[in-house]
Amino acid sequence: MKTLIVILISSAIVNNVVLSQFLGLCPFLGVSSQIKTAAGMGAAVIFVITLSSLVTSTIYSTILYPEYDYLQTIVFILVIAALVQLVELVLKKYMHSLYKALGVYLPLITTNCAVLGVALKNVTNSYNIIESTVNGFATAVGFTIAIVMMAGIREKMAYNDVDHAFRGKPIVLVTAGLMAMAFFGFSGLIG
Amino acid sequence: MDTTMIIMTVVIIAGIGIVIGVALGAAEKRFAVETDPREEAILEVLPGNNCGGCGYPGCAGLAAAIVKGEAEVNGCQVGGSKTAVKVAEIMKVEAAEVEHKVAYVKCSGFIENAEDAYEYSGIETCLMASHVIHKGPKACVYGCLGYGDCVKVCDFAAMHIVRGIATVNWDNCRACRKCIKVCPKNLIELVPYDKKYHVRCNSSEKGKATLKVCSVGCIGCGLCEKTCKQGAITVHDNVAHIDYMKCINCGECAGVCPKGVIR
Repeated sequence: MKTLIVILISSAIVNNVVLSQFLGLCPFLGVSSQIKTAAGMGAAVIFVITLSSLVTSTIYSTILYPEYDYLQTIVFILVIAALVQLVELVLKKYMHSLYKALGVYLPLITTNCAVLGVALKNVTNSYNIIESTVNGFATAVGFTIAIVMMAGIREKMAYNDVDHAFRGKPIVLVTAGLMAMAFFGFSGLIG
Repeated sequence: MDTTMIIMTVVIIAGIGIVIGVALGAAEKRFAVETDPREEAILEVLPGNNCGGCGYPGCAGLAAAIVKGEAEVNGCQVGGSKTAVKVAEIMKVEAAEVEHKVAYVKCSGFIENAEDAYEYSGIETCLMASHVIHKGPKACVYGCLGYGDCVKVCDFAAMHIVRGIATVNWDNCRACRKCIKVCPKNLIELVPYDKKYHVRCNSSEKGKATLKVCSVGCIGCGLCEKTCKQGAITVHDNVAHIDYMKCINCGECAGVCPKGVIR
């Protein structure tokens, strides 16, 4: 139980997937202009990463390990792509407006390095199935925290008179850098 | 490297692939969404600016409304008659003409005509300026502030600030109404493209008060109203209004206007 809590906190906050590991930056910059869509993206990512962690670590421990672990990358990508397709189908059916708001970034979760990154990190840290699932969930929660915070800042920033050269993505990247520095303060939390 | 390794790789990948394929196939059936093929076809021919000028959320919204019969086939102002014909073809109905309308700024307060009441040095948007004292620096409270909120919002590069006020390039304007929504002074309206004469003032102040702040404002004298043989012009709230349904482009009103505000 204690290890699970440690994994939860360390993956969600201390080693935040976006702000300390710089994974999943594409949707972080792409869909962070409104809190509502950002939260929707976060929910989709939580669903995909949690499920993909569960499925990939199950496949890894039952089929791939120890003989065929060189197949992990290709198998993981296969699983992730399928899960994203599933999320897309579900969203299209039940939350059509969110589906449209996420646009191209939804299928792009497939190539979101955060998703594959978590699956591979589960393997390198030799987590078991439960630990992997918790790690996946926590990482996705970290992603959601980061993207929702970013969206909050960007909603406020929309009213600011930003210098012409910094308008649009540049100021967002500067903000992301400052947020990453702030999150660096958590690094002493878990030794 | 032995052959079993290659075989096992193929078997594992193929096996997982088949399982996923079957699962996704089942999910596709389970979560199938019914869409009308006409909706996508209409979306193809619509301009795709998602300007919202039709009153629906973007082009997809209008396409859905047209298929449902809630909107007319000529609902898209931006696409005009060309798009209406294509949409009508898809919907298999007769195309109706789209009246070509353009945006028009009801103000002639160029820098040389209208004074400023004070110097404004705040955030340079019309919205912000209209919130400060006297509803902005312009001496005429009805006048165009010229900070270009409409220029920023225009997708078709039709709005420009010329000598201090917004001016519309009619060849570029697609009547999407974005500028109308964003103007804090409600100065912009849609007028028919083929009508030549418009009242270029929106001031409801009495004649004297208007004259004080702007040398070209409508003073509500009513000369145009008396002159117009078609009965197209009425003066109320101290401003002349032209009824474009009745206007025949004769131009007599412009000839008699003492301030030259009808042009």
